[in-house]
Amino acid sequence: MVRYTFKRLLSLLLSLAVASLVIFAVIEVAPGDPASFMLGMNAQPETLAALRTELGLDASKGARYLSWVGGMLTGDFGTSYTYRTPVIGMVADRLWVSLPLALYALALSTIVAFPAGLFAASRRGQAGDIGVMGATQLGVAIPNFWFAMMLVLIFAINLRWFAAGGFVGWDKGFWAGMHALTLPAVALALPQAAILARVMRSSLLDVLGEDFMRTARAKGLTERQALWRHGLRNALIPVLTIIGLQFSFLLAGSIIIEQVFYLPGLGRLVFQSISARDLIVVESVVMLLVFSVIVVNFLVDLAYAAVDPRLRSRT
Amino acid sequence: MRRNLILGGMLSALFVLAALISFFWTPYDHVALDIPNKLQTPNAAHLLGTDHFGRDILSMIMVGARTSIAVALVAVGIGMGLGIPLGLWAAARQGSWLDELIMRGNDLVFAFPSIVIAILITAIFGAGAINAIIAIGIFNIPVFARITRGAALSLWQREFILAARVAGKSAARISVEHILPNVTNLLIVQGTIQFSLGILAEAALSYVGLGAQPPTPSWGRMLADAQTLVSIAPHMALVPGFAIILTVLGLNLMGDGLRDVLDPRLRVVRA
Repeated sequence: MVRYTFKRLLSLLLSLAVASLVIFAVIEVAPGDPASFMLGMNAQPETLAALRTELGLDASKGARYLSWVGGMLTGDFGTSYTYRTPVIGMVADRLWVSLPLALYALALSTIVAFPAGLFAASRRGQAGDIGVMGATQLGVAIPNFWFAMMLVLIFAINLRWFAAGGFVGWDKGFWAGMHALTLPAVALALPQAAILARVMRSSLLDVLGEDFMRTARAKGLTERQALWRHGLRNALIPVLTIIGLQFSFLLAGSIIIEQVFYLPGLGRLVFQSISARDLIVVESVVMLLVFSVIVVNFLVDLAYAAVDPRLRSRT
Repeated sequence: MRRNLILGGMLSALFVLAALISFFWTPYDHVALDIPNKLQTPNAAHLLGTDHFGRDILSMIMVGARTSIAVALVAVGIGMGLGIPLGLWAAARQGSWLDELIMRGNDLVFAFPSIVIAILITAIFGAGAINAIIAIGIFNIPVFARITRGAALSLWQREFILAARVAGKSAARISVEHILPNVTNLLIVQGTIQFSLGILAEAALSYVGLGAQPPTPSWGRMLADAQTLVSIAPHMALVPGFAIILTVLGLNLMGDGLRDVLDPRLRVVRA
């Protein structure tokens, strides 16, 4: 396990290094000089040169890459070109919307998908199974941002149970914040719940065909007891992987859902920064997203190996 | 389970047909503004109603189908064109540094969700339908590479491959002549699924303004236009939404149906 962890850790660091290089290179290629964008068309050459020095833009590419990465490692993401405030503060503020939203949606999709998958698997081929599977087909086909618009139309505009958009902020209290995030989280959770329910069902069906399940039945357990004591635990392994993978999709998906509800999350920050050509913010947010995906996958791999010793030798 | 294939095929064909017909004929000019007739609900003159500029929604849906299908199709093409050779190559050299490099590269690309790739491309080139194609296409590469490699690995253990090796065929020839034909079914099924995911992704990217730009019609952009008007003209949001749902549903059903038909083993397991 130690050897495996070490190997995975090495590949994690390598992935992060390559990802940061790719992102840095892409932003380097992007046209437009941030300094002249900040100062406008009529800037004096001297002012421009001074600002470029201040922003560190006249250093060599290699030095700038190293200072960017070094800065991120110490929690310094640089200074926004547009707002002249530290990027880390802007990102942290927005993360307090995007991260709870993603976690909320993850919790919702899990709460819905587990019973749905279990129900379908236990009634394989019957009306209940067909009904759940049909619903998941629909859940996968519905674009979540369209579903979000429909939720707004029904629950915000017609029923007035929720606000149509915006975010009250966490200082209004935890429940007020959760209330504001409910519709976005439901919209975000829908396709994930559908996928998760399908994985849960097929994983359970795989396990039900295993020899140890027959043994459990043979020693006198009822179908239900065998399922709960032996089936569920084994079926959960692939399901956990999918949940890990989904977290990154949820974080990315929240970028789109935030647009529907005008939520001040990472998504809005990125879009505002793109139109303002505040590329240092774009660079940092993209790196943060990619970082979280890579790290979550790493943790899932480790959890997987901890549960299933066979996997440690494979990689 | 042939029903899936037939129902899915019919739904998909409906939208492909709509896109094809739109090249020759649409009920109205899809860009013609007709302000006096704006925001009409579906009626005899405008079967699916009109939008806030009085444009005919049916015509926009038909032309928009072109964008969706073209973007998703090319994106699947990119994913297959690069992913399949990479997967075959990795499988042929299983366990080598090359295999490791390709698979780690795959993991890396996989860490960039298509929305993030689209954001990066937009930062360089500005927004456009081409960005959506590239972003979704790049996202598809590791999907096809992984599935090709996985299927190819088990084939390499089979006797008929051993026979081909004994006969002196090179790994490259074996990959093309023996491995590829045996993974085609799998790739067709996956292609259908990626195609439907591509349509969803294109709609999402266009919705947030990273995809097709005016005047190119797109289902995602129609939804973006509909958002502020959803309370007074819900049909503007309902119609493109249903177009997306039915197309994606059709493609997914077709994928399921194809899997059942192309892989009889799975059918036995399911029954």
